Amino acid sequence: MSWFNNFLNSSIGNKVLVSFTGLFLSLFLVVHLAGNLQLLINDGGHSFNAYSDVMGSNLLIKFVAYGLYIAIIVHAYKGIMISIKNRRARGNVRYAVKSKTKTPWASRNMAFLGSVIFIFIAIHMAHFWFKFKFGYMENHPDLTHYDVVVTGFKQNWIVIFYVVAQLALAWHLLHGFQSAFHTLGLRNGKYTKIITNAGIVFSILIPLAFAIIPILVYMDIYPLGQFTVIPGQSLEGGH
Amino acid sequence: MKLTLKIWREGGQYKKGQFQTYQLDNVSEHMSFLEMLDVLNEDLIAKKEEPVYFEHDCREGICGTCSMVINGHPHGPNGGTTVCQLHMRFFKDGDTITIEPFRAKAFPIIKDLVVDRSSFDRIIQAGGYISVNTGQAQDGNAIPIEKEIASRSMDAAACIGCGACVAACPNASAMLFVSAKVSHLTTLPQGKVEGARRVHNMVKQMDEEGFGFCSNIGACEAECPKEISVETIGMMNSEYLSSIFSSNGKD
Repeated sequence: MSWFNNFLNSSIGNKVLVSFTGLFLSLFLVVHLAGNLQLLINDGGHSFNAYSDVMGSNLLIKFVAYGLYIAIIVHAYKGIMISIKNRRARGNVRYAVKSKTKTPWASRNMAFLGSVIFIFIAIHMAHFWFKFKFGYMENHPDLTHYDVVVTGFKQNWIVIFYVVAQLALAWHLLHGFQSAFHTLGLRNGKYTKIITNAGIVFSILIPLAFAIIPILVYMDIYPLGQFTVIPGQSLEGGH
Repeated sequence: MKLTLKIWREGGQYKKGQFQTYQLDNVSEHMSFLEMLDVLNEDLIAKKEEPVYFEHDCREGICGTCSMVINGHPHGPNGGTTVCQLHMRFFKDGDTITIEPFRAKAFPIIKDLVVDRSSFDRIIQAGGYISVNTGQAQDGNAIPIEKEIASRSMDAAACIGCGACVAACPNASAMLFVSAKVSHLTTLPQGKVEGARRVHNMVKQMDEEGFGFCSNIGACEAECPKEISVETIGMMNSEYLSSIFSSNGKD
């Protein structure tokens, strides 16, 4: 087992853990976004509520959700531990002249950006997830999940908070996406270009789409047409 | 030209370390940076003061001995060169130049600008070599090596082990150095044989020396006097991960 233990305790092993969890979380972003986009369907929330019901009741989703919580905790914990370790590696005396080396701002501030995202996740979960899971819906039987979300996004400070958090996410991804592949050894000259370019596209597109949803809901704009659900028809009722 | 030098002094009368300011009035633009420091030291010796300790050897940019951070850049502001290749014509009359040692926990200061880089030696001892059997040298063309592979190895072999990557890295990580050594040896057939054990042991030693963890920022590549690419780090990561799955090696 010494090889495997050495691997897990090594600098590269630690970073591989951050990479894998980071890529898993990136994948989750895509799924989450696909769900959120249903808020923009002009059907009074039928699609979104149907999606929300599945997310809340499906066992497989529940199982994956626990994996997601673990991934967030591992990613954040390992990331912070690495940042602390790296700060100490400079030694007791720091440079008097600040480094003049040109490096991307995001790359130097991943722990800060990650912390902003972590705070966002905590507030975001208290804002929706906690309400959905722990009694709020039972106390307000007249409200659907869609109503809670739309009411939330009608408050301007919440919209601003969500948009700012997406900005932090974009910067975090701008470094994180390509860095994850670098750590996994795939960015070694053979695939450098495609990984770099895909990373830029991903880290602009996904946060932008996330940010635009609360803005459009705030402005009462629902640009997507209806796909499957006919307004007025109950989802649970027979077809 | 006239220069003001702010130099980090540590050890001896300066104990824990502090900046000392020196004035130089007659600096020729044709001098190299190290010659300028030689002139300063001549002055100090004449005044019966302790000269500034700094490391140098070949003075032609290939030995990797000179090690100082000049105005926030390891090896000075010019890209792709060492301190000894930096000339005073790149500075202006009246400039203030701040000179600091390479700073890293794994590079403890011996005196003034001289740091102990034996941690690099121990990383090399852990696996930065190939085992060659003695006897008749074999024919040079016996093992065909693709041009592209030979070039990749050669690019990595340009590393002079100066430690500027560690000095420049915000994390004081030695990954560029270690990956250059690993890529240099492992891309070639002669080095592949011990590849898995090499990368494993060198990374282990690197971690034990107290270097930071690479977070793919790229400062090392920007300051490397030999312009080693961070892609070598990707190559080493790939090598390291395959070493875990390889059957090469015993518990």
